[in-house]
Order: sequence, then C-alpha cells, then structure tokens
Amino acid sequence: MSIQVKNLTHIYEPGLPTESVALEDVSFEIQDGEMVGIIGHTGSGKSTLLQHLNGLLKPTSGQIIVGDTDITARGVSMVEIRKRVGLVFQYPEYQLFEETVALDVAFGPKNLGLSEEEIDERVREALELVGLDYEEIAPRSPFELSGGQKRRVALAGVIAMRPEVLILDEPTAGLDPKAHKDVLKMIEEVHRRTGNITILVSHNMADIARLCDHILVIDSGKLVTSGTPEEVFSQKEKLEEVGLALPPVTQFAETLRERGLPLSPTILSTQQAVEEIYEYLTSEGNVSI
Amino acid sequence: MIRDITLGQYYPGESWVHRLDSRVKIIATLLFIVELFIVDNFPGFAVAAAALGIVIAVSKVPLSYIMRGLKPIILILCFTFALNMFMIDGTVLWQWGFLKITEEGLRKAVFMAIRLVLLLIGSSMLTLCTRPLALTDGIERLLSPLKRIGVPAHEIAMMMSIALRFIPTLLEETDKIMKAQQARGADFETGNLLHRAKSLVPILVPLFVSAFRIAQDLAMAMESRCYRGGENRTRMHELKLSGRDYAAIAMMIGFLALMIAESVLV
Amino acid sequence: MEKENIIAIEDISFSYQREEDEKRKNAVDHVTLHFEKGSFTAILGKNGSGKSTLAKHLNGLLVPGEGIVYVGGFDTREEEHIWDVRQTAGMVFQNPDNQLVSAIVEDDVAFGPENLGVDPKEIRRRVDQSLEAVNMGQFRKKPPHLLSGGQKQRIAIAGVVAMKPKCIIFDEPTAMLDPKGRQEIMEIIRQLHEEGITVILITHFMEEAAAAERVIVMNDGKVLLDGTPADVFSQRELLQSVNLDIPLAVEIAQMLREKGIDVPEKIISTEEMVEYLCQYR
Repeated sequence: MSIQVKNLTHIYEPGLPTESVALEDVSFEIQDGEMVGIIGHTGSGKSTLLQHLNGLLKPTSGQIIVGDTDITARGVSMVEIRKRVGLVFQYPEYQLFEETVALDVAFGPKNLGLSEEEIDERVREALELVGLDYEEIAPRSPFELSGGQKRRVALAGVIAMRPEVLILDEPTAGLDPKAHKDVLKMIEEVHRRTGNITILVSHNMADIARLCDHILVIDSGKLVTSGTPEEVFSQKEKLEEVGLALPPVTQFAETLRERGLPLSPTILSTQQAVEEIYEYLTSEGNVSI
Repeated sequence: MIRDITLGQYYPGESWVHRLDSRVKIIATLLFIVELFIVDNFPGFAVAAAALGIVIAVSKVPLSYIMRGLKPIILILCFTFALNMFMIDGTVLWQWGFLKITEEGLRKAVFMAIRLVLLLIGSSMLTLCTRPLALTDGIERLLSPLKRIGVPAHEIAMMMSIALRFIPTLLEETDKIMKAQQARGADFETGNLLHRAKSLVPILVPLFVSAFRIAQDLAMAMESRCYRGGENRTRMHELKLSGRDYAAIAMMIGFLALMIAESVLV
Repeated sequence: MEKENIIAIEDISFSYQREEDEKRKNAVDHVTLHFEKGSFTAILGKNGSGKSTLAKHLNGLLVPGEGIVYVGGFDTREEEHIWDVRQTAGMVFQNPDNQLVSAIVEDDVAFGPENLGVDPKEIRRRVDQSLEAVNMGQFRKKPPHLLSGGQKQRIAIAGVVAMKPKCIIFDEPTAMLDPKGRQEIMEIIRQLHEEGITVILITHFMEEAAAAERVIVMNDGKVLLDGTPADVFSQRELLQSVNLDIPLAVEIAQMLREKGIDVPEKIISTEEMVEYLCQYR
C-alpha cells in the first residue's frame, strides 16, 4: 500500500471573481507503514489537501492513487475510498450524535454495509485500541463523557472502519497537557498495531519531529519542501519564510550553535541536546563534577 | 457553496442608501412589498423594477452579488411557477393528459415569479445596505410605542441581531459536521425520502448540541459584559433623521402615489 | 507599604452539586488568594482542577457557596453592585466564536460600553482606541465570521478593554488558536499589563505562564503552588505529579543535574539557559 499524489491542483469557484487556487501542482508519495506529518500555517491549503485524500473534494486536475485505485477517477465508489482512507477532523467530538458510545462508533462500519457480528467486533476492537474499557463505556451516552474521552470515542468511530490510511487533523487541539500526551500515545499505538499509513496534521513541531518518518510542508497551496524531520528542520530560513518555527529544542540548540557551542546541526530530541551539552561541558574541562 | 448565501448579509458601504436612517429603510421596504401585492399588471411591475434598479445603482452593491443571493431560492421559484402555471383554469394554450397550461395560469405564474424576485431583491437590499445592528435598532425603535401593550421590543431586536451574527457560524458548523459524517460513510445524496430524512439525524443532533453550547457561552459572555436588557442602554450609532431621510420619505410617498394611481388607472 | 489589592478571595468554596448530594465535591475548595493592583498572575492547572470555576468567581458569574470574593472592594454576592464588579473585572473566554455578539466588529466592541450607558461620542472614541490597541483598526467594518481565530479573540479583548476595566481575566484565551494567534494574544496581554491593567491569565501552557510575575497552580480545587515563575517551575516533581508540563529549560536543567552538573535552580527560560551555558565558552 502506498499513496501517490500527482500534480494535484484545486481551484475554488473557478471562473467566478472569487476564484481562488487552494492547491497548486502538489505531488508527493507516501510509502507503506509510514507516519507522515503535514505542517503549514492556518489557511495554507492543508485541509483542502486532506479532504482530497478522503474523496470529499474532487481535484480540478491531478490524480490521487491509493494502493492500486485511482480515487480521483470517475465512477469510483465513495464507500471504496472510505474503506481505505479514514479522516478525523479537528474537534471530532462535535460529530458525536448517537444515544450510546457503541452505536456512535458503529455508525461508520454500518455505512460500509458490514454484518452485525462484524460491526460488533470492530466496535470492541476500536474502543480497546483507543484505550477505553468497552464494558464500562459502550452503553453510556457520549455526551456525558469527559473532553478527552469524547475525543477518543470520535477517533474510535473512524478506526472502526479499519482504514489503511488514517488522517488526523490536529488531533490534540484544545486538550490539556495530560490528554494531549495520552491521545498522541494512543495514535502511536494504533499505528504500531495496525501498521497503517498515518497522516498527522499539527502545529506542534515537537510532536511532528518526534513521531513522523516524513514531513510535508505546505504554504499557499504549494508543497514547499518535504523530507525526513532532520532534512526539513535543517531548513530554518525556509520554514520561517512560511511562518513556521523549529521545534523548541531544535531552536534552543540552534541558538547555542550560533553562540559558538560545538553541537551537531538539527538536534531533534531533548535527550540528544542534553547529551551533547554534557559532552561539551565536561570534555573541555569547563565544569568540574 | 453554503457560504454563498447573501440573503440577510450586510454589504459594507458608504452610499446614500447605506447612510439612510434604518427606520426609513424598513418602512420603505415594507411599503415596497405591500405595493408589489397591489400591482397586477406589467407596467406596474416595470415601475417597481425601475425604482428598485435606481436604489441598487445608488447603493453601489454589485448586481452579481445580489443575484448570488437568489440562487438558493431558484428551486422554490420554479416550484411556484409550475404550480401557478398548471393549476389555474382558463383558456387552454397547451394540454397533455391532465397537464394543461392556460393563458391565465401562465400570466399568474409570470406575475408571481416577478413578484417573488422583486420581493427578495427588495428585502435583501434592506439587509445589504443596513448594518445589522442599525436594522435591529430601527426595528426596536419602530416597535417601542408597542412596549406599553407588552411587546418586548428590545428583546425581539436583540434576538434578531444575535441570529444575524450566528447564521454564518452555524452554516459553517453544518458544513463541518456534514463533512465529518460523510467521512464516516454517511450518504446524504441517494435513497428515498425516508432514508434521506433519517440521514439528517447525524447532522441535526451535533448541530443542536453546538447551538446550545454557543448559546450558553454567549449568555455568559454577554452577562460578563454587563448586558442587562434594554434599560439605560445607550447606542454608539444614534438614530437621527437628517435631510436625506426626509428626501427619501418624500420619494417614498411619491412612489406610493404613483403605484396606486397606476393600479387604479390601468 | 503593602500594595492595594484589586481582588481578594477569602476562604471560598464552591460546588456544582446540590447540598443534599452525597457525592458532593467542591470544585473550588477553601481557597484564599489576593491579587495586587497592576499585577500579572497566571493560574495553571489541568482540566477539572478548578481553575475555570475560580475564574468565574472573579467577576461574579459564579458566587461562592462559602467565603467572600471582593472585587474592587465590592462583595460579589451583593446584587446591587454586580455591574460594578463586572466593570472592574472584565473577562475574555476560550472560544473566540462564541463570545462575539454583533455581526460587525466595531458594533461588537461597542456592546459593553452601550450596556454601561456611556455617551455615544465617548463610545465611538473608546471603540476606536480599543481596536487600535489590539491592532484591528482596519477590520472594524468586517463581520467576525470572516476573521481568523486569533483576530476574533483580539476583538473579544477590545470589547472588554472598551469597558475600561481595572482588571482583565483571561480564561484560556489561546487554547483554540494556532501558534501565530497564540503569540499575538500573548503580546497583547503583555501590553495591557504594561499599561497598568491587572491581568489574571488562566492557561495550561507553561510558556505562557512563564511570562507572568506570579504563578498559581491549582489542583483538585485547591491552591497547590503560589509564587514567582522561578519558585513554581523549580517544583518539577510536584508539577509532573499533577500532569502539568514543565518548561524546556527546566527539563534540560533537570537532566543535566541528574548527570551531575550543578545548574542553578533559578534558570527557567531558554534564554537564561543559553546565557548560563555560554558563560563557559
């Protein structure tokens, strides 16, 4: 399974005076089992791109090939696309509507036309994957849960469709530090256990640097740059041009380097930063222990 | 698509029409609507359309912008047109089975369509050229003589202005929820009527939840900004009739007289 | 000489459940706090720690079950002074969409002063000033739904500033914003503080709290820590035990200490850490 996006262009309201180019000639490839990060400031075209990957929007021109299916081709069934690609929007807890958690999570699988047993099995599996206790949570109303729990239920609703590609648009927006950590841990766990492609959109550069194998940088509807976290975050000036910052620890190490400390370029983890600082402090006999 | 609706939207500007007192504009619009229903011949509609055309030209609101607001009601327009055309008895022009078009029906259908279009453009001119708060202020002042008989003028106006503020927000919310449910495989486009009605539940429940959440937040925000009803409230924009308002009133009376004369004479 | 307090919270408790409820738990539990005029305080805590409930007591949206809250000298329980209380202490909420009343930016800013019965010419002046103060002058005729989250939040702040409050309470004003919007709002908060307004900022972002003069950490409805940012952030274990993050510099300092390097406790910002490390260059 891989995703190929070829020369994707999307124009809103073509021909009208309000015409605007949301995506322009975007091409990239995502390999099987990768965790991919998409970064770009608000209004850069990220959401337009995500909606294309899920078939909610049709491109003005270009192609998207998921596995061996061209999902932009005429006559491709939507069910087919949604079986393969799951999309979780921002603040997904606002989409909950059923009387019980179990029914809400079952909504997606039901729309795929699965059998009762299959649906039930998937609901159990999905709730367990997002770290909720089926027996305790399933019969409850989704509206009486805590914010963090609601978000997990909403995520389970998409996971239960067993998508080969899971897209998450700012899955931790508005959460407190604890819930933020928990939800990210859960996403990692789902990725590890299902081996799916996960596409993560986030403003939190530290999370992106830590979790992703590959990063796409979008600005004004164009793919500005892409690569591994090391490759992308070594381009400080380019990122600043499009209004993005380095992860805090990378920025910190960068400042130290500018001030003359002999650290490696593009340090992405606090662990590495501390080790190199320690090395520096002790090796030159600067600090006695 | 859902954001295209211009009905009820304000088009910022500084034109003569924009600067008229909102009370004058409200009364003018009401009169215009009444007149549309008095008139029942083509010359009359022509006069009304010309008057509206002048107002649009003076207001400097682009015609294409106004027309965009008509898009959502095209369906209703076609429906009433067809209903009138086929349902009215008279001299038969064309017949096929039980379907027939009569001269009277066609005439009535065309009149109704013109009436509806003029009515919609006329009333959207009111909202396009009047700041929403000035509009609700105007309604409040016009209704305030009725306060004595227990009409809650201030509350009505406040409700309307909040509705104006939150219509775009709720439309956006609806768009978001629809997309989220579509991503979960919901299908709003196919199936019979019952199926489609059922498929609205996943949209309506979250929408209501959102609306209540907004209401709760907003009530708290308003309270903390010292909102306590209409008593002792002042306004940044004072309503005062000026020369141009009196001129507009004079023109309105002239137009009214013309329309009445026209419908009596023709 | 002791400075004048603008807000005094005297041993208050509050519960959302009714008294006869057996599982009754206090959302705010015997809290006493004083806020000096002109000060900048951040209140930290995870969801459910009682920080938002406490904030709603500071302008009379909630009144304590026990204890008294004084705002500008007025007891918030006295109904005849509730508008004085709310004029003294304005409030900015989390969701930028749900606190704007009017479909036009400048009319929204005018809403508060109009409620206070301010003279129309004076309202005009205040609206223009407030919009300039948040750099939104050029948007005054725009409808809010066409603005970004950060811009809407700036309008909400202008609406409160136009009421000329002595104190502004910010209840997680950046929780729903992107990094750019967050920066803009923090910049404005800093400015307002410099102009002499007392600022109380409820947040769960550490970096934001570090900008304050005083940091209060709430947990389970009680005050867990109260002191300067340096005092509070040096309590790493305590902070982590209540599921709060610690600033990057504090984390690095801690990891270096574990390796045997004696990093001073007072270092809490990355700038200070850079200076500390560069002295050995």
